[in-house]
Amino acid sequence: MTLLSIEGLGIAFGGIKAVHDVSLKVDPGEIVSIIGPNGAGKTTLFNMISGIYQPDSGCVLLEGEDVTGMAPFRLASRGMSRTFQNLQIFQNMTVLENAIAGFHLQERGAVLADLLHLPSSRRRARAAEAGARALLARVGLERAADREAGSLSYGSLKRLEIARALALRPKVLLLDEPAAGCNAVETEEIDQLIAEVAASGVAILLVEHDMKLVMRISSHVVVLDQGEKIAEGAPAEVSRDPAVIAAYLGSEEAAHADG
Amino acid sequence: MSELLQFLFSGLTVGAVYALVALGFTIIYNASDVVNFAQGEFVMLGGMITWFAYQAGLPLPLAALVAILATAALGVTLNKLAIEPARGAPVVSLIIITIGASVFIQGAAQQVFDKQIHSFPAFSGDTPLRVLEATIQPQSLWVIGGALVVFVGLWLFFTRTLIGRAVLATSNNRLAAQLVGINTNFVMTLSFALSAGIGALAGVLATPITLTAYNVGIGFALKGFAGAMLGGMGNPKGALVGGFLIGLIEALTAGYLSSTYKEAVAFVVILLVLFFMPQGLFGSKSTERV
Ligand SMILES: Nc1ncnc2c1ncn2[C@@H]1O[C@H](COP(=O)(O)OP(=O)(O)O)[C@@H](O)[C@H]1O
Ligand SMILES: [Mg+2]
Repeated sequence: MTLLSIEGLGIAFGGIKAVHDVSLKVDPGEIVSIIGPNGAGKTTLFNMISGIYQPDSGCVLLEGEDVTGMAPFRLASRGMSRTFQNLQIFQNMTVLENAIAGFHLQERGAVLADLLHLPSSRRRARAAEAGARALLARVGLERAADREAGSLSYGSLKRLEIARALALRPKVLLLDEPAAGCNAVETEEIDQLIAEVAASGVAILLVEHDMKLVMRISSHVVVLDQGEKIAEGAPAEVSRDPAVIAAYLGSEEAAHADG
Repeated sequence: MSELLQFLFSGLTVGAVYALVALGFTIIYNASDVVNFAQGEFVMLGGMITWFAYQAGLPLPLAALVAILATAALGVTLNKLAIEPARGAPVVSLIIITIGASVFIQGAAQQVFDKQIHSFPAFSGDTPLRVLEATIQPQSLWVIGGALVVFVGLWLFFTRTLIGRAVLATSNNRLAAQLVGINTNFVMTLSFALSAGIGALAGVLATPITLTAYNVGIGFALKGFAGAMLGGMGNPKGALVGGFLIGLIEALTAGYLSSTYKEAVAFVVILLVLFFMPQGLFGSKSTERV
């Protein structure tokens, strides 16, 4: 059984089809990348998969079960976790508290035990904190643990969001442009982190602009243009596809030429 | 000296009621950014339902419990019927919905109960206690103690329990909260239940002193709101201190100027805070949106 399978997903905003009839599959350990020019519908696709938008057509199957349009908090408890292109951070909390929040579902226990500060409650809190610190170390943020999240750079916040998403111990992880705003060294580290997470058996759906990163780590690449899937296949295959070169790589080169 | 002390006692007593109302505002505001102007009606219902149940023969503590639970249930209903379906509407629309709900609850209370002024016995009798050269009603101690106990309880709830921290996370970033598995609709339900229950408790504690009637809600809402604004909207410590300050300013104004100015105090404070100190004394919850 496929871990995550989306079939014929589509949505329109005010009559304009943002995503139309897109299907794809991800299995544990795989990294499936979705590429395409700005406005192609990549983020919209993620929003439908993760229950933020209700699709007009198609369905999302998680471990064979129809979870189309299910609320994000329920998907979280079923093993789906994601990060956002435009960041969704608890700005007024510290970096450590943000990471600890990712352990919400694992920290569940009796309210009374919490109120009375019983050993069972303190143990759960300690476990969450230790897990959070370990994840911060993994994304290179251990030294920023006590800083207010709102004071971090964009690149650091991206990594904090990844740490929080990993705290949920997801079966499938959706990453929307995780390397955006990161320097070359940080991108390298994120690259490595994503590969490690996939190797540990997590299914990864990745949207990324950094073509080198995508070509290096993807098992499979899906190309979107104007809401439609125009090509898919192994990274090498896709990068030779004339339609892809025209739609995406072409426009990328044009953008470079302009800049 | 004894006169001043007497004014301070009466200020602390009403201030405790306003602090409880302000805490009610704070809880809902933090969970949803909505200023719930029906908060005062919860106070009215606490008093009126207790009186009604007490008249019907229930012992006073049981009547009070019934009133608190029934009002909490009404708070949940308000959220489910009027706030949740309008999710996504501008906050101003939601606030206007709460004003509508307030008018509706007041009308309904007038029908279900009556238009008379009511009270029930003070919990520990009416013999005033002498403190230095002034006196204080035992019921005043109930009200002040109630406000302090509720504040400490809320503080423990929000800092220690996972669900309390989930409420704070929801107020900080609703979407991020959902992503980590928090049921933000439940957080809203819980916030309305807590807030309404605390409002009703204020009504139960205050009625032996302030009396109650179907139309007392608006005054409590206005003064509790002034207290929450003064302390900093969304800040529980601010709500507590702000509520007490409004009560004290009101009592001193009534005592040294004239009780005709008393009702204007809350308005004046709201205006001054808006103009000169929009963050309030303790700083309000900042609502960053990314
Ligand atoms: N909530 C929305 N309302 C209206 N249009 C939207 C909404 N979300 C996305 N779109 C539109 O859908 C299209 C795809 O956007 P998006 O998914 O963000 O592209 P990408 O992530 O590939 O750059 C764009 O034209 C965008 O304006
Ligand atoms: Mg995007």
